[in-house]
Amino acid sequence: MTEIHMPRLSDTMEEGVISAWRKRVGDQINRGDVVADIETDKAVMELEAYDEGVLEKILVGEGETVPIGTPIGLLGDGSGSAAEAGPSTSAAPAPEAEESGQDDTSASSEQSGMGTATRPEPSRDGTSTGTGQRPKASPLARAIAREKGVDLSTVTGTGPGGRIIRVDVEAAAERNQGTASPAPSATPAAAPAQQEDPDVEEIPLSNIRRVTAKRLTESKQQAPHFYLTSAVDVTDLVAFRADLNERLRASGGPKVSVNDLVVKACATALRANPSVNVSYRDEKLFRHKRIHLGVAVALDSGLVVPVVRDADRKSVSEIAVEGKEKAERAREGKLKPDEMTGSTFSVSNLGMFGIEEFSAVINPPEAAILAVGATREEVQVRDGEFVARKMLRITLSADHRAVDGAVGAVFMQQLTSLLEDPIRIIA
Amino acid sequence: MAVITYRQALHDTLREEMLADENVFLIGEEIGVFEGSYKITAGLLDEFGHKRVRDTPIAEEGFVGAAVGAAMLGLRPVVELMTINFSLLALDQIVNHAAKIYGMFGGQCSAPMVLRTPGGGGQQLGATHSQNIELYYAFVPGLKVVAPSTPADAKALLKAAIADNDPVLFLENLALYNTKGEVPDEVAPAEIGKAGVVREGSDITVIGYSRMATVATQVADRLQQEEGISAEVVDLRSLRPLDRETIVESVRKTGCAVIAEDDWLTYGVGAEIAASISDGAFDYLDAPVRRVAAAEVPLPYAKPLERAALPSADSLTTAVHQTLEAVGHRR
Repeated sequence: MTEIHMPRLSDTMEEGVISAWRKRVGDQINRGDVVADIETDKAVMELEAYDEGVLEKILVGEGETVPIGTPIGLLGDGSGSAAEAGPSTSAAPAPEAEESGQDDTSASSEQSGMGTATRPEPSRDGTSTGTGQRPKASPLARAIAREKGVDLSTVTGTGPGGRIIRVDVEAAAERNQGTASPAPSATPAAAPAQQEDPDVEEIPLSNIRRVTAKRLTESKQQAPHFYLTSAVDVTDLVAFRADLNERLRASGGPKVSVNDLVVKACATALRANPSVNVSYRDEKLFRHKRIHLGVAVALDSGLVVPVVRDADRKSVSEIAVEGKEKAERAREGKLKPDEMTGSTFSVSNLGMFGIEEFSAVINPPEAAILAVGATREEVQVRDGEFVARKMLRITLSADHRAVDGAVGAVFMQQLTSLLEDPIRIIA
Repeated sequence: MAVITYRQALHDTLREEMLADENVFLIGEEIGVFEGSYKITAGLLDEFGHKRVRDTPIAEEGFVGAAVGAAMLGLRPVVELMTINFSLLALDQIVNHAAKIYGMFGGQCSAPMVLRTPGGGGQQLGATHSQNIELYYAFVPGLKVVAPSTPADAKALLKAAIADNDPVLFLENLALYNTKGEVPDEVAPAEIGKAGVVREGSDITVIGYSRMATVATQVADRLQQEEGISAEVVDLRSLRPLDRETIVESVRKTGCAVIAEDDWLTYGVGAEIAASISDGAFDYLDAPVRRVAAAEVPLPYAKPLERAALPSADSLTTAVHQTLEAVGHRR
């Protein structure tokens, strides 16, 4: 299997746009064939094939921009094995020439004017970049990290193939010292321009935002999300909650929110569907025996997710008290780190803002998150009649590496059924 | 201080050394009456006579062997091998005799001789006459191999080579003979085995020797002017002994390196340098060492193909850019 990479077509080129594919999947490609038109910072140029084979997969579609060295297509023998092999990682551009070491730089660069089109994938890079325990880092980056006490697993690499290089570690070290230096920008080209633009000011990143950015980026890059939305008739739930709150008030108990009921229902549904209470990490699947629910709380400084442990074993009012207390302490910045970690499933609710429905980003290492919208009165058809019902839309985002569509659907079915028959939530 | 060609520097040095020491004599093909294929020995036959400027038959093994014998008996022969390609015919005399005598015979006698010879392609001389095979000799303990890139270095190193008591292969380059440079009036013999930082820089180390050292300097100058890139250039000057210290020191400073060599990539001189960097500067490397070398083909005769196969300022520039990109230069 041979990858076709985004070539360097000019000295200043950092990324290129596939303006058109001139070959289709399944086409035989011979050396010298024009496979695509590449738009560089200077011109549109033809990308010639450097190897032969059958174009088995197009990894980067027309109109998309990727850094040089990124695999854009796969050449194979026509057996279709490319489809199974898939891209090594679309997030991390494949290593360039220097990674292979065997590459004849002079020859390739002399000819690079018209495309160092394809190159065998370096074997030592393997297929599982990005998930290994040991982050890829240059020796210099490692030495500096040792010296300055920087944990490389917290550093995002900006070198070829996501390699952590000196500038990344130095930026991390500066951050650790609390000096206000700009974080390494994911779009290096844009950063300097922003500094010069008087209409744009840089907001120093809070630690919460930095962690959120890193973890959610990893999540979206590594976890293949899929989404399941259900419309839940919560007419009974709303009435049930009102009833419940009246009784609780009479006995001096706490007030229970719709969200508390949703959290409890999730915990119950997870107990019934342990296949959703899982984590996918380092090419391994872990099933959690306990159910710890993260409940997202929006703060001015960012998003925090306090954890209600063993939510399936707590009553709705216990969840309500604990959730409220932790949300308050989160707003005061007094949550302890262990109160924000260890969740096995999360719930995010934007209903209070009138959001009808939305899709949340999975909070790693969890395998799923439930996004809860607003309760709205809607016209529904029941037994052929129009009726006004209170409807709630909930969307499950699930990591397809760990949870299959049908498994997620069964979970959603049971969750919906619980929410529509709320007495069972407290059963 | 005078600005003279590399050719002139070699000629002047040979003449000076012959004037200074009557044991120094020249031997080789076409060096006398014809004044040398590349005119390095012009006028020397007239000045010093047939005894000290010996034209030989086309028989490399014979005249190199004769020089080995002369050296063992106390003379200081300076052999001209018309090009390094023809040194292959004398390989046994060089590798099995000149290089071994001192060690194999308990230091009873040495072979203080110089084998001057040009390498290099780019002259449309075809695959057999365009090689860069100095590596064959740099591989052999008992030999020294020096490779000056400038007229001043040519002078200083040729003096050192003639004064040295070991056999020295003195690598010249067809593309360098007409290059000019400043040469001080008084040039002291160089220290063989000492590389030079010919241009200081902080962003990247570029290492070369012979022709590619001059290309490296030109590229570095242009990158500084046009892009503000600060490239440090190390001119090896000597392939054996190899000045690993200077290489390592530079890479420790810059964190990355590109090696420019006229020979083939696989097993080439650059491989040894890269290994030295790995040994001495591993914890200082922010990107893999990159090599720029000739395409792995017998050098084509056709001009465009020959040009495409040889490393160039362009290919070196590209390699420097790629490496700087890998270390996040200016990010």
